Amino acid sequence: MTAQLNSSFRGTQDLPKWLSPTLLVGFFLASFGFQVLLASGGETAEINFIPVAVFGLLGFSVALYVISRVIEGVRKATDRLVTIMVSTAFSLALIPLISLAYTVVTKGVARFDAEFFTFSMRNVVGGGGGALHAIIGTIEITGIATLISVPIGIMAAIYLVEYGRGTIARLVTFFVDVMTGVPSIVAGLFAYALFVIFFGPGVRMGLGGAIALSLLMIPVVIRATEEMLKIVPNELREAAYALGVPKWLTVLKVVLPTSLAGIATGIMIAIARVIGETAPLLLIAGFTASMNYNPFDERMMTLPVFVYTSYANQGVDMQAYLDRAWAGALTLMLIVMVLNLVARLISKYFSPKG
Amino acid sequence: MNNILKLGALAAVSTLVLAGCAANEDVAETPTSGAETPTEAVVELAGTLNGSGASSMAAGQEAWIAGFQIANPGVTVNYDPTGSGTGRAQFMTGATSFTGSDSYWKDEELLEAFPSCVAGTMPWEFPIWISPIAVIFNLDGVSSLNMDGATVAGIFAGEITMWNDAAIAAVNPDVALPDLAITAVHRSDESGTSKNFTDYLSAVAGDTWTVGAIEAWPAEFGGEGAQGTSGVVSAVTGGNGTIGYADASRAGDLGTVAVKVGTDYVSYSAEAAAAVVDASPLVEGRESYDLATNIDRNTTASGAYPIVLVSYLMGCNDYMDDAQAELVRAWASYLVSEEGQNAAAATAGNAPISAGLRAKAQVIIDAIK
Amino acid sequence: MTDIKPKAVRRLGDVVFANLAFFAGVSILATLATVAAFLFAQSVPAFTGPPIDAASDGFLSYVIPFVFGTVYASLIGLAIATPLAVGIALYISHFANRRFAQVLGYAVDLLAAIPSVVYGLWGILVLAPFLSPTFNWLNENLGWIPIFAGQVSATGRTMLTVGIVLAIMVLPIMAALIREIFLQTPRLHEEAALALGATRWEMIKMAVLPFGRPGIISAAMLGLGRALGETMAVAMVLSPAAVVSFAVLTSTNSNTIAANIALQFPEAGGNYTNLLIATGLVLFAITMVVNMFARWVISRRAEFSGAN
Repeated sequence: MTAQLNSSFRGTQDLPKWLSPTLLVGFFLASFGFQVLLASGGETAEINFIPVAVFGLLGFSVALYVISRVIEGVRKATDRLVTIMVSTAFSLALIPLISLAYTVVTKGVARFDAEFFTFSMRNVVGGGGGALHAIIGTIEITGIATLISVPIGIMAAIYLVEYGRGTIARLVTFFVDVMTGVPSIVAGLFAYALFVIFFGPGVRMGLGGAIALSLLMIPVVIRATEEMLKIVPNELREAAYALGVPKWLTVLKVVLPTSLAGIATGIMIAIARVIGETAPLLLIAGFTASMNYNPFDERMMTLPVFVYTSYANQGVDMQAYLDRAWAGALTLMLIVMVLNLVARLISKYFSPKG
Repeated sequence: MNNILKLGALAAVSTLVLAGCAANEDVAETPTSGAETPTEAVVELAGTLNGSGASSMAAGQEAWIAGFQIANPGVTVNYDPTGSGTGRAQFMTGATSFTGSDSYWKDEELLEAFPSCVAGTMPWEFPIWISPIAVIFNLDGVSSLNMDGATVAGIFAGEITMWNDAAIAAVNPDVALPDLAITAVHRSDESGTSKNFTDYLSAVAGDTWTVGAIEAWPAEFGGEGAQGTSGVVSAVTGGNGTIGYADASRAGDLGTVAVKVGTDYVSYSAEAAAAVVDASPLVEGRESYDLATNIDRNTTASGAYPIVLVSYLMGCNDYMDDAQAELVRAWASYLVSEEGQNAAAATAGNAPISAGLRAKAQVIIDAIK
Repeated sequence: MTDIKPKAVRRLGDVVFANLAFFAGVSILATLATVAAFLFAQSVPAFTGPPIDAASDGFLSYVIPFVFGTVYASLIGLAIATPLAVGIALYISHFANRRFAQVLGYAVDLLAAIPSVVYGLWGILVLAPFLSPTFNWLNENLGWIPIFAGQVSATGRTMLTVGIVLAIMVLPIMAALIREIFLQTPRLHEEAALALGATRWEMIKMAVLPFGRPGIISAAMLGLGRALGETMAVAMVLSPAAVVSFAVLTSTNSNTIAANIALQFPEAGGNYTNLLIATGLVLFAITMVVNMFARWVISRRAEFSGAN
């Protein structure tokens, strides 16, 4: 009786290691072959890879589960099935990433030339032209947004960590978290609503874009700074107090420098988050084809809006506009990834050890 | 820490270097393509001219501004494509000196005050931008189809659903129509193109197309919605058996429909589009400097293509600021001139206005003071 | 002995700095209040001014299809993203080996770094044409299910495509959050299960999932909040119509509030702008409620998490 219990519940032995990969390959090949047969015999001219993948995977899972259940037992079979499901989930997430990266790179290099980075779109119709006005606009608007958000963000984080006790501090923490969820378009609408009071309807200004972006950046900066300030050991603060250093000097000269690397990382991540925002800039900074260095006057072009308008407002020569859109997308992605990389490097090399 | 500061300084310096003028925005501007300089010598003009309005002529305005600024380096012209309604509203607040609009002045708007103009005077308007709207479709191996107005209306109203429907096959005897469902693509944004297209549909097939001229497509007619002209063209190109309407200059390789005018089937062309504007009556009860036109969609004039979008240029007859008057005179003359219209046509694909319309417009322009 | 305690010396620097910090903190509350106030102020002309063509039947009938579209698209995205996020988090925390796990985590975080306009471009130019044959197949064979019924779109610009793009966009945030939570499962529980002979799945089922369930819920709510506000991907991919439609494969889909604003605002005039701002206020309210609820769930749970 014990032997029977064993074999049905715990199984008699483990599956050989080669079985699983062989089954996987086998079922995918069979599914592919089946689709080829269908295609050559029937009306569908092309082979659709989704059914190939789906049926191959389904066949493989069922086969492995059944074999495993017979040989290894129910528990191990379930374990194998879950492993398949979890690995599938992961691959499913990687596929769009690979597809995106491949598409952006292959289509973006078509216009990734010197002209793209040295020309604006002024007087350009059809081919040629570039995104310099958009890149300068992005740098200016993001720069101003950073100038606005960083002081406010760091001071608010200092308040939360060093000074805040009681209801107001709890409210502020709660609403900082809520603020991270403000949709970017609402931030743009707010900037517009703010400016329309002073400048009348139809206002478009680079500064408005900076204000909308800072609304999105501030919560990220606060959160990151708060985490970094909390990590600073209390002993450092106590040592400073013991030496008679006033609290404000302690914060400025002891706590902040210790956490500076982490704060810098947080700021870079916040910049990376907002530099790709299109919607608020579309509403309030507008779009233009010419260079505009003045954020206080008239429309200013930014890189994500450049990508969007190149796609949405194509001229007669459609391919030229699409090429510019993909080149802009590639530039944008590179900027964001470089920012993320720099953030990680700063955090790795400059954060206080131990 | 030092490293961070050095990195930051390097970034700042490289930014400043990058911020050097774009290579194509030097003082002596040369056009990269398309825009031609006016041939006659112009008096040295200087100043800034601000206008706003319809986005349908935004591409044309780009070409016109480029050409005009090259011939008159002391002038800066700004055109803000905020949309026809906002353009007219901004003109009525005095923020702009001229405006472009897909629709002519309404009677009640003309009773308002116009701060840029001397009190008591009214603005002029005349058609400046004629854009033929092509009915484009994507069917393998078919480049042109004949259709009458009722058929087109039936397709876009969702009543004719298959390509090999009897109505289409009857007037296209030598085309092999497939047994494929029709997907009608329309503009999902409010646009003058939709308005002019549906104006045509309701004029020629009022019992099929019952909702009149609208800017926002009614949901009950189904079909695919796309944003902007580019969106419609992409959607039609990307599907099989799709049909849509868009600015004719963007038709590209897609098949186009020849619509029935009188007894013939007329494909779009620049001359045909300009012809229908000339063949259409002016709006009643307007002054001689107001050339508002009601496009006759049911015209039977031979060789006229009735599906057009006409945009107007509007300005003051008597400007408060004489310097602005001078600038507007030169600007408007360039826009109606043959060089100007051809420059825009080369890059933006509009249909140049006819000589007759040009002459009438020039009379109005010469009277601006 | 006197009871007089020496008063602490309040230096000017301390006072100034403390007040600066306080005002910075309070400015957060003030900013959110200001946002609500300004949006409200700019929305009022839409109701008190002359009638607007687009909202000829009243504000509610104008905004309800958009609210439906916003919630529906986000729910589809969430339904796709949550199981995937849990799977990815499980994979990285329990199935992959340590070094590989770090690389994988970074790869998934890369998805979060991609701007939404690039997702929009990819969605309409690559994903929609790719999925179109599958939609045809679904419509032909499973068309009896109501959500797959209707005239299938010829271009693939459907609600289901938008749901998939939204799912890909919220996936990294949710996966990162759930991964953190799974990594915080008390080691003792896991080890105890394994010591008693549980397979890996059984250990996860007994120790990790129950511990992480509230975290999964809050991560889902955060993902929902993010999906609700997503603008550009929806604006570029969806084929919209002013209807309330449950079908996910057709051309007539309800647009989302954010995408509608992005598409109409640049050329809106007069009090159409105010109407759009009013819909933005509705969106702000919806996302505030969702986010506040999510944060409240997290904060309640944090007291009992294994981290304490």
